[in-house]
Amino acid sequence: MEAVTETIGTDQMEQAEPQAAPRLNLDLDRTGQANEPDAADAVFEVKDLNVYYGDFRAVQDASFTVYEHEITAMIGPSGCGKTTVLRCFNRMNDLIPIARVEGRVDFRNVSIYDPRVDPVEVRRRIGMVFQKPNPFPKSIYDNIAFGPRVTGMAKKKGDLDEIVERSLGRAALWDEVKDRLKDSALGLSGGQQQRLCIARAIAVDPDVLLMDEPCSALDPIATTRIEDLMQEIKDDYTIVIVTHNMQQAARISNRTAFFTAQLDSTSDQRCGLLVEYDRTETIFSNPSDERTENYVTGRFG
Amino acid sequence: MAVGRLVGPRTSKLMVQAMERRAWDIRGRVFQATLLLTLAISLFILGVLIVDVVVDAWGVLTGRPGGFLNGTMRSVSHDHKLGVHQALVGTFWIAVFVAVLAFPFGIGAAIWLEEYAPNNRFTRFIELNIRNLAGVPSVVYGLLGLFYFVNTLGNLTGGKSIASAGITLAILVLPIVIITAQEAIRAVPQGLKEGAYGVGATKWTMIRSQVLPYAAPGILTGTLLSMSRGIGEAAPILLVGAVTGRLGTDPAFLDFSAINAEAFMAMPVIIVEWVQNSGRDPGFAEAAAAAIVVLLVFVILMNAAAIFLRNHFEKKRG
Repeated sequence: MEAVTETIGTDQMEQAEPQAAPRLNLDLDRTGQANEPDAADAVFEVKDLNVYYGDFRAVQDASFTVYEHEITAMIGPSGCGKTTVLRCFNRMNDLIPIARVEGRVDFRNVSIYDPRVDPVEVRRRIGMVFQKPNPFPKSIYDNIAFGPRVTGMAKKKGDLDEIVERSLGRAALWDEVKDRLKDSALGLSGGQQQRLCIARAIAVDPDVLLMDEPCSALDPIATTRIEDLMQEIKDDYTIVIVTHNMQQAARISNRTAFFTAQLDSTSDQRCGLLVEYDRTETIFSNPSDERTENYVTGRFG
Repeated sequence: MAVGRLVGPRTSKLMVQAMERRAWDIRGRVFQATLLLTLAISLFILGVLIVDVVVDAWGVLTGRPGGFLNGTMRSVSHDHKLGVHQALVGTFWIAVFVAVLAFPFGIGAAIWLEEYAPNNRFTRFIELNIRNLAGVPSVVYGLLGLFYFVNTLGNLTGGKSIASAGITLAILVLPIVIITAQEAIRAVPQGLKEGAYGVGATKWTMIRSQVLPYAAPGILTGTLLSMSRGIGEAAPILLVGAVTGRLGTDPAFLDFSAINAEAFMAMPVIIVEWVQNSGRDPGFAEAAAAAIVVLLVFVILMNAAAIFLRNHFEKKRG
C-alpha cells in the first residue's frame, strides 16, 4: 500500500483502494497471500523523470513505481513519451546523442544513471524487445547464443545448447524451430521472429523485460501467442510494455500508466506527461482523471 | 457477388467501361525509351573503345602473348623481347601497397566517424575535408608524393620507388575508401545495433559482431573499386618518377628488394610512354593497345574478386 501512495499521490489512492479490494486473484504475488505488493517488491522507482531531446522536453516530471512479477503497461497517444520512458529503464536513450535524462530511475535501489553504473550491465539485466522484430542476420541458434556469448555466460558448447533450447522453449518457439536451428532467422514469419527476439532477450537471464509495442507489426493470432507468452513468463520476470492497443493493456497488465501529450503554453511544444498510474482495473473502470477516462473510453486519442 | 448487390447495373457498366479503356501512356513510353537510349549510347561508346583497342592489340596478343607478358621495355617496337613485365610487377606491388595502407586506415577512420565521433563542428569539418580530398585532382597527390615520399623520406622509401608510388596512391584513394566505408556502415539498420546492445553487448562487440559483418559487402566493393581506380592513375606516378626508358633491372614478382629500388614502371605509365613513342615508331601503338588490354584484364579480375567476395559475405549476412 505504502509503495503506491508514494508514487501516485494520496488523492488518487483513495479512489484506487476500494477498486482494488473486490478484484483479487488476478494479481497474487509469489507467496500467493497478498495482492498488493509492498515497497520491497519495487523493481523500478522513477522519480521526477525528465527527458530532453536537445532543447525539446519529451517527458515531464514522471514518477511511478514498477513492481516485481507484474506486467506494467504504458498507454497513451502518439508522442506522449511512453517509449522514451521505457528506453530510460535500460539506458537505451544513451544511444541517442542528443537525449538527456534528469531525475532518478532506481532499479532495485540502484540509481541506473549513476556515473558508476555500467550501461552494458544494466542492459544485460534489463532485456528489451523492440517494436519491429529485429533478429540478427544469423542462424536461429546464433541469434539466441549471441547474448550468452558476448556476456560470457556460457563457458562450454553444451551450456550454450542448453540455454538455446531453454530460451526457445520459454518463448514457445522450440517445437517450431528445433529442426532448423542452423537456418537463417530471417526466414521465420513475423510472429516467430518476435518470439525469437523474446527468446534472445530471455537467453541472458534478465530480471526485467521491456517491450516496446511488441505486437504492433503482428497479426491477431501472433499477437495472442505473444500475450499468452507474457502471462506465462511473468512469474519469472517483471515486464514493462508500451502498447497502443488499449484492449491489450486491459487484457494482460496488472498496472497501467496513462501518458498524454500536453501542450506547453510557454514553448508551444508538446511534452509527455504521466497523467495517471494505477491498477489496470482502476484505470479502465474508474479512473480518477478525466483525461484518462476520455482516452480509455475512446473519446480522445 | 457482394459487389453486385452494392453496385447497381448502370454503375457497374460504367466501371467496366472505364477499366477497359486502356490508353497508351505516351509520356511514360517516351521517358522509358529515352532512358534506354542513354544506356545504349554509354554501352556503345564503351563497346567501340574496347573493340578498337582489342583489334589494335590483336597481333601482339595472339602472336606472342607469353613473350609480351614476360618481355621488358625496349627502344624499338619490333624487338621480340618487348613487353610489360616490369610494369605488371610495379602495378601489382602498388596495388599491394594500396590494400595494406589505404584499407585499414580508411575503414578504421570510417568506423570512428560513424560510430564514435561526437556530432560536433570538428567532426563535420573533418568529414567536409574528406569529401574535398576525394575531389582533389590526382596530379596534386603526385606532387605530394614527389616532395614527401621521394625527397623528404627518400631514405626510407628509396626515392623514386614502388614504395613511394604505392604510398602516394594509397593516400589518393584513402578519402574514397573512407566515404564508401562510411556509407556502408551508415546503412546498418539501427534495429540490429539496438538488438545487440539490448542483450548486453559492449560497443566494440556490437561493432564487431553486427556492424562490420553487415557492412562488409559494401565496404569491400567500395575499397576494391577505389583500388581499381588507383592503379589506373598515370599522373601521380609519373610525378613520383616511374622510369620511362630502359630499366636496368627486371625484377621477379616476389623480389622484395625491388620495392624501394630507385626505378620502377607501372601499367598506366608504360601505356603513356608507348603512345608517345608511336610517333617515331608506329609499332608501339600496337604495343600500347596490348598493354591497355592487359591493364583492363587486371582491373576486371580485381572487380571480379570484389563481386565474388561481396556475394560470399552477403550470403553469410543472410
